[in-house]
Amino acid sequence: MRGGLSKTFAVMGAVGLLAVSACGNSNDNSGGGGSSASKDVTVFTWWADGGEKAGLDGLVSTFNTECKDYKFVNSAVAGGAGSNAKQVLANDLAAKKPPSTFQAHAGAELGDYIKNGQVDDVSDLYKEFGLDQAFPKSLLDNLTVDGKIYSVPANVHRANVVWANPTVLKKAGLDATKAPATVDAWIADLEKLKAAGVKAPLATSKGFAQEMVMEVVLLAELGPDKFTGLWKGETDANGADVTAALTKYQKLLSYSNVDRDAIDWPDALGYVNKGQAGYTVMGDWVAAQQLADKVPDSAYTYWPAPGTAGNFQFLADSFTLPTGGQDPDGAKCWLKVVGSADGQKAFNTKKGSIPARSDAVPTDYPKYQQSAMADWKSNKIVPSCAHGAACSLGQNDSILSAISQFSGKPDVATLQKALATAIKSS
Amino acid sequence: MHGRIRTWGPGALVLLPTVLLLGYFVYGLIAWTFNTSLTDKHNARPVPTKHVGFENYVNLFGEDRFLNSLKNLGVLTVAFIVGTLIFGVLWALLLEKGVTGEGVFRSIFLFPMAVSMIASGVVWGWLLNPSQGDDARGLNRLFALLHLNFLENPWWTAGSRWTTMASIALPAVWQLSGYIMALFLAGFRGIPPELREAARVDGASEFKLYRYVLFPQLSPIALSALIILGHMSLKLFDLIYAITGPNQFRTEVPSVYMWNTLLRSDMAKAAGIAIVLLAVVAVLVIPYVAYTVRQESEE
Repeated sequence: MRGGLSKTFAVMGAVGLLAVSACGNSNDNSGGGGSSASKDVTVFTWWADGGEKAGLDGLVSTFNTECKDYKFVNSAVAGGAGSNAKQVLANDLAAKKPPSTFQAHAGAELGDYIKNGQVDDVSDLYKEFGLDQAFPKSLLDNLTVDGKIYSVPANVHRANVVWANPTVLKKAGLDATKAPATVDAWIADLEKLKAAGVKAPLATSKGFAQEMVMEVVLLAELGPDKFTGLWKGETDANGADVTAALTKYQKLLSYSNVDRDAIDWPDALGYVNKGQAGYTVMGDWVAAQQLADKVPDSAYTYWPAPGTAGNFQFLADSFTLPTGGQDPDGAKCWLKVVGSADGQKAFNTKKGSIPARSDAVPTDYPKYQQSAMADWKSNKIVPSCAHGAACSLGQNDSILSAISQFSGKPDVATLQKALATAIKSS
Repeated sequence: MHGRIRTWGPGALVLLPTVLLLGYFVYGLIAWTFNTSLTDKHNARPVPTKHVGFENYVNLFGEDRFLNSLKNLGVLTVAFIVGTLIFGVLWALLLEKGVTGEGVFRSIFLFPMAVSMIASGVVWGWLLNPSQGDDARGLNRLFALLHLNFLENPWWTAGSRWTTMASIALPAVWQLSGYIMALFLAGFRGIPPELREAARVDGASEFKLYRYVLFPQLSPIALSALIILGHMSLKLFDLIYAITGPNQFRTEVPSVYMWNTLLRSDMAKAAGIAIVLLAVVAVLVIPYVAYTVRQESEE
């Protein structure tokens, strides 16, 4: 009887251990401590396939030559925009088992980790690696929180881009080479497309794609300073100018495809490519997608969203130094690679984004990226809420909910109220 | 004394691991969740939290988004239960009346249950495409091909709460009607043939036979079906998430809202939603457990 009891407890203990060890499994080398295991650098990303994976592989090959003492351990969790990865990461961080370094959107979204005390200040590394000289000042300003910087950006994406089908525009008598000067002019063009029989003049898709349309309208109508201030609570979100902008957003939405809540951004882009739509608003990862889909350069055109020329609405993927992470020296070597000219080139030529460094050579990059790089140097840089540069995860969740409510039942007053409440929340 | 342990000891030992594991991983965690829901832990910061009583619940029930998700859940549950029962009972009746190749039909009706909700959600996401007319895809396209154009509709993307949530319930109905059919078919088969014969001898019409002889005997099955469907509907998450994605105000139910809240590290609020959901499930399950216990003790 006794033997049976202790055996039962032994079995239970084993089951319990299994259950516990199953909880935090993203860190493969947690219990190791051997000489070779201690040199592992676990890099946590949500780049699991496509152009993103190719970009990560590019970084890894640079890492393997630059940091020979360390071994790269891939800890990627698949899922669009990190929806699954962020939850896994939150668990690991809460359990005090952070990876060596993890991916996070630079800006307000990173603010959550900073407030939670989960990432270390890397300002010293900026001086050590010379990044304070290599990155443009406007980007550094956007990265700095209370005088400190907490991450190294690997790339820069632009959000305020309109992708258009020149053949469709020409049929409606529109000039495809030049963006309409204002949102009002754009609405007039959309009306012409509709009159010419284009079903969905402005193609868009669910969730953040609609949020991006709203953002470019807000940016165009409010101007860069008031737009940036909006997310910081410095611009009155209940103001009449915001109401006017949202009313124009409602108008724009009325020209879009009816299945906008049921499709993803590549489908919306597909409508443009197939000539069923005139425009779509989407970030510049579209360039990589068009390349992957073998759409020829001549079949599409792009410009900054109407009324936002001269503004570069940015988002950046960046890497952090988690507090209490394993082997911080290895992580620092990874950050050095991420910030280096070679690393940024290896990463960005494959991912379709542009390097954050201003000393990159444009001729190394495809056509779209070259134009974006020129803009990055000369334009005013404003953050994007949809991609975490201007908003925290919580704010973005509330805004996305309000946007989807608006898509089903457009009511400007409800949207504006929800927007104002979301910005005030954390 | 020693002899008594011999009788109940082995049984208790066999059950002990289950009891302990359940006690910790189910009831312990429920208690922990409830405790979290009473705190002000609204972020991932490792600072000590303090208890704020039922503040989170008060906030939840004062929030449009949460009330909307509860209403969505109510409509979804009604549409799902009614739809599944109608189809399940209908199919069971048809099979019960006798059909050649019954086994094949049984498999066909039961098969959707083998598909996971997340997989069927992805497919139904395509089928429920709201485009109509020339652009119609998915079910709308099928209706157009069958010249049933009047059936084309925007599904969950426009229209009232009822049409929205009924569209979401549609895949779940498709998935579980076969299961309900199996339940009822087993029920019909469990009724002794003598009862039917006696009723027919007494001159009962076919309708009266079902109305007064067969259906009354199926009430325990109907009750189990109701409970099973009810609690499944309350917990429905994967299907909705797969069809509409996160942050869809129109189709958000508490389970999806809880996930979104958890993603923003608002632990206390997420725990509060979880406890509300648990309470709603309990309202359904507890009467059923009480009923079963009473039935068993009567036997």
